[in-house]
Amino acid sequence: MNLTLRIWRQKGPDDPGRMVTYPVSDISPDMSFLEMLDVLNEQLTLAGEDPIAFDHDCREGICGACGMVVNGVAHGPQKATTVCQLHMRHFSDGDTIDIEPWRAKAFPVIKDLVVNRGNLDRIIAAGGYITAPTGSAPEAHSQLVRKADADAAFESAACIGCGACVAACPNGSATLFLAAKVTHLSLLPQGQPERLTRVVGMVDAHDEAGFGGCTNIGECSAVCPKEIPLSTIGRLNRDYLRAVRARSGTPGT
Amino acid sequence: MAVTGILLVLFLIAHMIGNLKIFFGATEFDHYANWLRTIGAPVLPEDWYLWGQRILLGAALIAHIWAAAVLARRARAARPVRYVHRPKVHVSYAARTMRWGGVIIALFVVYHLLDLTTGDLNPVADQQHPYTNVVADFAPERWYVTLVYVVGIVTLGFHLRHGMFSALRSLGQQTPRGERRARTGALIFAVALCAGYLVVPFAVLAGLVR
Repeated sequence: MNLTLRIWRQKGPDDPGRMVTYPVSDISPDMSFLEMLDVLNEQLTLAGEDPIAFDHDCREGICGACGMVVNGVAHGPQKATTVCQLHMRHFSDGDTIDIEPWRAKAFPVIKDLVVNRGNLDRIIAAGGYITAPTGSAPEAHSQLVRKADADAAFESAACIGCGACVAACPNGSATLFLAAKVTHLSLLPQGQPERLTRVVGMVDAHDEAGFGGCTNIGECSAVCPKEIPLSTIGRLNRDYLRAVRARSGTPGT
Repeated sequence: MAVTGILLVLFLIAHMIGNLKIFFGATEFDHYANWLRTIGAPVLPEDWYLWGQRILLGAALIAHIWAAAVLARRARAARPVRYVHRPKVHVSYAARTMRWGGVIIALFVVYHLLDLTTGDLNPVADQQHPYTNVVADFAPERWYVTLVYVVGIVTLGFHLRHGMFSALRSLGQQTPRGERRARTGALIFAVALCAGYLVVPFAVLAGLVR
């Protein structure tokens, strides 16, 4: 099939950027969206032009490296699918497709469709971990976890940190990412010792990074390739309220 | 947002129930309206309770608007470069219209206070007999007043539909099942509140309250 692509081109962080139109032809419906961009980049390279920069790694939908806004929707039209797993059969011959990077102050554009998502790492560094002895894995049954908690924790642990929630949020908030990480750890026994300092630290890091505030709209969960439920945000809020009420430093409370 | 919103919602419920007293007749309604000025008497001098409530609600309203403004400014700052291709928020009409809906409601509240509290925009403006003020206000030839109230109340209904759910979520509602219940509850509450408020102007318009 033949398509018209309108792609955001930006030479570097200081370039204002603009949409550039590229026609592509003979695209197989079995190609992934990124393979379609590979075809375009081949053409651009042969023509001596600068290929389009975009992030990708595993191309199996599990690493969280890829991500672009396709026709105004993060990761494109297919539900619960990263853009690398999106196939061209979901588009029709003659379509015009708009491709833009994640747009957020906290995700500055490095080049074209590549953004710096280091602020998500900063949120993790502010509490998204557990203090555990390193070494061989402990016996799995030594600490029992309720099945319901294990399932909910696993559901949140599926977050790949791609940043689609931020891209889709009308407020430019990373609250779904934050909620997934907090839920994942706060539901498990290993996450309990740092439970309250974690939530405060991560929320502070989120706000300092320049992400917006959550107003519970739900655009994030709708585009999330891992379908992190919006209810995790309630768990984040509950932990946060508990943390600000807790009398830290008072033994036995 | 959640705490101030809930305070304002509690007032909305009380206000709606009070309004419905109009169906018990002019004497009952005027008696109720005058009682509002004497709540707390004789411990408190007349109007003290009323002014206390007004100050509390005013403070809640200002805090609510202030928090909304902070969120709106943060949202604007969080996305300095806008999307070229951006479809509308598709999840919920109510969630999409929270900010501008809030502005419409604020303007409506100003009009409503000038109309039925101070009486500046009311054709009768009899402080002792609010029943006659209401009946004159929603008379069929002043249909545009009813229209303004319908727009104000329906906007409020949408605001509450998302607002009630969002408040519960902010205060820690955390299960998917509870989320479905909270959304349904917010919808039923918003519709019930709209109906409770709008039945008064339409009853006057239809001649049921004269």
